[in-house]
Amino acid sequence: MRLMLEPRAERSALIAVAAPLIAIALSLVTAVILFAVMGKNPIVALDVYFVAPLTDPYSLGEIAVKATPLVMVAVGLSLCYVANIWNIGAEGQFLAGAVAGSWIAVSTNGSGAGHWVLPAMLLLGALGGALYALIPAICKVRFGASEILTSLMLVYVANLGLDYLVRGPWRDPHGLNFPMTADFDPVATVPTLFDGSRVHAGSIAALVVVMLAAVFLGRTIMGFEIRLVGAAPRAARFSGFNAERLVLFTFAISGALAGLAGIVEVAGPVGHLQPGISPGYGFTAIIVAFLGRLNPVGILIAGLFLALTFIGGEGAQIAMKVPLDLTKVFQGILLFYVLACDSLIVHRIRFVGMTRKPAHAAP
Amino acid sequence: MANRCITGTPMPNTFPSAGSEPVAPLLRAAGISKRYGNCIANDAIHLDVYPGEIHAILGENGAGKSTLVKVIYGLIQPNAGELRFMGRRIVLAGPAAARALGIAMVFQHFSLFENLTVAENVALGLPLPEPFAAICARLAKTALAYGLPLDPRREVWRLSVGERQRIEIVRALMQNPKLLILDEPTAVLTPQEADQLFVVLNRLKNEGRSILYISHKLDEVQRLCDTATVLRAGKKVATCDPRRETAASLARMMVGADVDRVKASRARGASVPRLVIDRLSLSADGPHEGRLKEVSLKVCGGEIVGIAGVAGNGQDELFAALSGERLAANAETILIDGRAAGLFGVTERRRLGAAFVPEERLGRGAVPRMKLSENALLTGHVASGMVKRGFIDKRETLAAADRIAATFDVRKAKRDPEAASLSGGNLQKFMVGREILREPGFLVVSQPTWGVDAGAAATIRQALIDLAGRGTAVLVISQDLDELAEISDRIAVIFDGNLSAPLAASAASREILGLLMGGAAIEPRACPQEEKHAVDA
Amino acid sequence: MLLLEAVIVSVIAASTPLLLAASGELIVERAGVLNLGVEGMMIMGAACGFAGAYLTGSILIGALCGIAAGAAMSAIFATLTLGLAVNQVATGLALTILGVGLSGLIGAGFVGQKIVPAAHLYLPVLTDLPFVGRILFGQDAFVYMSIALIIAIRLFLFRTRLGLVLRAVGDNHASAYALGYPVLRIRLCAVLFGGACAGLGGAYLPLAYTPFFVSEMTAGRGWIALALVVFASWRPGRLFGGAYLFGAVTILQLHTQALGLDIPSQLMSSLPYLATVVVLVLISRTRGAAGSAAPACLGLVFVPDR
Repeated sequence: MRLMLEPRAERSALIAVAAPLIAIALSLVTAVILFAVMGKNPIVALDVYFVAPLTDPYSLGEIAVKATPLVMVAVGLSLCYVANIWNIGAEGQFLAGAVAGSWIAVSTNGSGAGHWVLPAMLLLGALGGALYALIPAICKVRFGASEILTSLMLVYVANLGLDYLVRGPWRDPHGLNFPMTADFDPVATVPTLFDGSRVHAGSIAALVVVMLAAVFLGRTIMGFEIRLVGAAPRAARFSGFNAERLVLFTFAISGALAGLAGIVEVAGPVGHLQPGISPGYGFTAIIVAFLGRLNPVGILIAGLFLALTFIGGEGAQIAMKVPLDLTKVFQGILLFYVLACDSLIVHRIRFVGMTRKPAHAAP
Repeated sequence: MANRCITGTPMPNTFPSAGSEPVAPLLRAAGISKRYGNCIANDAIHLDVYPGEIHAILGENGAGKSTLVKVIYGLIQPNAGELRFMGRRIVLAGPAAARALGIAMVFQHFSLFENLTVAENVALGLPLPEPFAAICARLAKTALAYGLPLDPRREVWRLSVGERQRIEIVRALMQNPKLLILDEPTAVLTPQEADQLFVVLNRLKNEGRSILYISHKLDEVQRLCDTATVLRAGKKVATCDPRRETAASLARMMVGADVDRVKASRARGASVPRLVIDRLSLSADGPHEGRLKEVSLKVCGGEIVGIAGVAGNGQDELFAALSGERLAANAETILIDGRAAGLFGVTERRRLGAAFVPEERLGRGAVPRMKLSENALLTGHVASGMVKRGFIDKRETLAAADRIAATFDVRKAKRDPEAASLSGGNLQKFMVGREILREPGFLVVSQPTWGVDAGAAATIRQALIDLAGRGTAVLVISQDLDELAEISDRIAVIFDGNLSAPLAASAASREILGLLMGGAAIEPRACPQEEKHAVDA
Repeated sequence: MLLLEAVIVSVIAASTPLLLAASGELIVERAGVLNLGVEGMMIMGAACGFAGAYLTGSILIGALCGIAAGAAMSAIFATLTLGLAVNQVATGLALTILGVGLSGLIGAGFVGQKIVPAAHLYLPVLTDLPFVGRILFGQDAFVYMSIALIIAIRLFLFRTRLGLVLRAVGDNHASAYALGYPVLRIRLCAVLFGGACAGLGGAYLPLAYTPFFVSEMTAGRGWIALALVVFASWRPGRLFGGAYLFGAVTILQLHTQALGLDIPSQLMSSLPYLATVVVLVLISRTRGAAGSAAPACLGLVFVPDR
């Protein structure tokens, strides 16, 4: 017996819906095994990870807080990935947006500036992310350099740039030498929605982004163009669409969304600029994008699920003394299962019996 | 030679040759079946190949010819049936096993490696490792012996299609095969190159080797082959001596019915040039691409101009330059209805009334994993009401797909399936129909019936003729000379990026076209039709 | 002169992990597979290599653990991309994400521990030669191995039949399959080899470069190794040169910091990454019209029909 892959005539709609769910189920099974190997009670661990955060309002709010940047970044990335354009530097664009937006907050700090500050920060954050994303895009379009490698390299550069700023020119003089800026003024802060919770207006923005993206991708000719370039680049060219312009466009949009997420995170839950403002949102968003099957609504659900693993992971670290890296491992395993299950949408697996001996034999 | 015609008998077991001793077959395929899902590619096919004969497998596209020979070459495992070679039952684990027995194959789509040298390509096809110098020496010897010159150190991408085929043949011959399989070998050759190939094949036959010759071209099977096995829709319909059959009777066996000839009824009014190409040049785009050298041509409303040529002589570049996928150096080199369009992109050219059907169906002319309605949008987004203020009107795209399917008899399993689920012929009808329903002012179509069954091919050719009859200028790029002769008014030949002056179809004999396709210079004076035409216009 | 000698020695040390990882990836990509998970395989090699060496006290066993970890990671990659025909780019990313997490988990217990690093060669007289002695005859076994590896790869690719087959599979998998070569099996071997090399390159870091483990200590070297393969136009000779060039850039950064120049250290630290971007742009640009030297089937999924 051996396994054989064969293409389906039509993609299977049933599996397209079921694939992410199967992937999650398989990841949970793997997690149970992992917990058992680590000597933890799997039932308790699953409860701490995936159930406990859903039972108290504060944790629910924290899930929304974590899901906000994930969903925003992932929606932008999904536009790239649908077009078969590989922006994997969203982490860098997130930081670039945070830095660009913070510039206004830092320079107006304590000056009593008016309510224009926050909108200007958001605008500049999005712009900063977009411009940072355009670097690999231009390198690709103009010189043919692989956007995968250049966009990723710029993540390291952004991290170091942020590090330089908060240790150098932007450091809070009254901050006991910690590498961080002064806390932002209230006019430079994203307002929270409820008392006693950190849920902020950025979550609403993320929902709006999801809705706009869904309409854009499914209903507009530009969205069709993006899907077409991804599905068949030669057909897109034949159709009269300009693939190079599309690279710039999708990179700019995904960079802008990542940058927006960055400045919202800094001006919202964090409240000042410091290193480590992102626990790898830009990379986790890649998983969110694929788990959501590159569909905006799917991404919303996937973003909430991965936010749950972050919150659950923090809970497990406290309650069960498991390392935070376990969350990353779980997320990595999840992505593998998602990709494997996606394959079944266009392929079917068949068991083939070896009916004949491989050698040629004479009777 | 005895008459071996057993038309209509599904599975003859032996050939009692009248008057001569019964000879054991070199290869016997008995009851070979191969299923792909619900599709039966081979249905209990029986085939005997005798020593020293050229045996044709005749059938139209999709009849199961390629599947059958891939089974014989060990590339595909059949679901049922057995193979016997020299009387012994064989089971082939893969092509290496087949080669070890003395079965060699020349593929239709060559199995060559573009970035490797000729010698490396040959080495990869040999069953046993040999010192490289020995391979080169043997390669030179074999090439010389059969009159197939090759430079062992050249990289394949630098070679012409004919030379590439030579590599395949030499590589096969170096294995000293008892049975040589050739899959549609003349599809990419000029008539003269095909003649040279036949000389080689006859020589191999005289050496006592057997040849399995796959084709859908009746005339060459009648010229070359001793026996023909005809397949239709995965089943064997007959084994016969093609020389005792008429072209019509062979065609009937192949298609299962009389094929309608296209009706060349068309209104010929005063013709106005709708497409003018004036000294269009295009530089090579990448190392594996060809060039265009000062190509000039006029196509008038109401006429079909054919462009013949061996693959890889600039057809792809010409198509891309006309469609706007590649831009010309200046605007005046391409005039569409008098408008200078050389610098226009695809969309702008479509707005001027141009329409295009590329050679590659999946991935260029259509997107395999998109629905037909979305594929209708692919070229339809330009003019019609499918897109309103940037938003797609899904009812319109679906209606357009329905219209195309109804008008051009596109057969499909459900209302709006993915393009990948259509057969080649139905998808081609869809793609041609998609453009024709836009009532274009000029249409360029490349290989309109490549890999398409006879019924669909007839539909498409008739549709092109009817379109021209309504005043459209039609340009057909094709390697199929019969097709061009059937539908074209004038035929030009492209060779190495140069386009010859067009000849009236009546004056374009296979010989003249063949010479032009092989690069022979023919004086422009020899084609007065073009000058006359230019004056008319 | 002493400074120059020290610089060259440190360049060799910085180049070796890049060369090891990139050599493996060169074979993988020559077979037509793009494994973007080099970073993940390297960091796993580092974590498992250190764990092995710390627990057994043997650098050799540590190196073997690193190799095994890299190969195991690449086996996951192979299962998905070769077995299930999944997109190679996405799978490679997943491999890196998983590797970073898993190495953190495995290495957590070893952070802060130290081992005795790999011994350096000492040949009487030869190693004591002025200037060239230490450079040529005073390196650790990893360095000699990395150089032997790249030479062996060059001979393998261009002088052996199997190397020819590997190149053929990367150039046109359909043709190779039609000629009867087991495309997926050859690719599997290449991917496993690439994983083993990346694991060894990663293990070099805690076993020889710095004698301790910290999480994410590969710091993007896996990605730089990927860029090196592009830079080298998939040729072993150029890969060797490229790896040493990048090693030199890394070291330049350390030495300018030591010189006390008034340049922000973050700018110097970002040099290798910026250099990668610049080099990728330059190499892609000069290649421009001549077309890419990449194997024609690089990154394409192959599903045999039988």
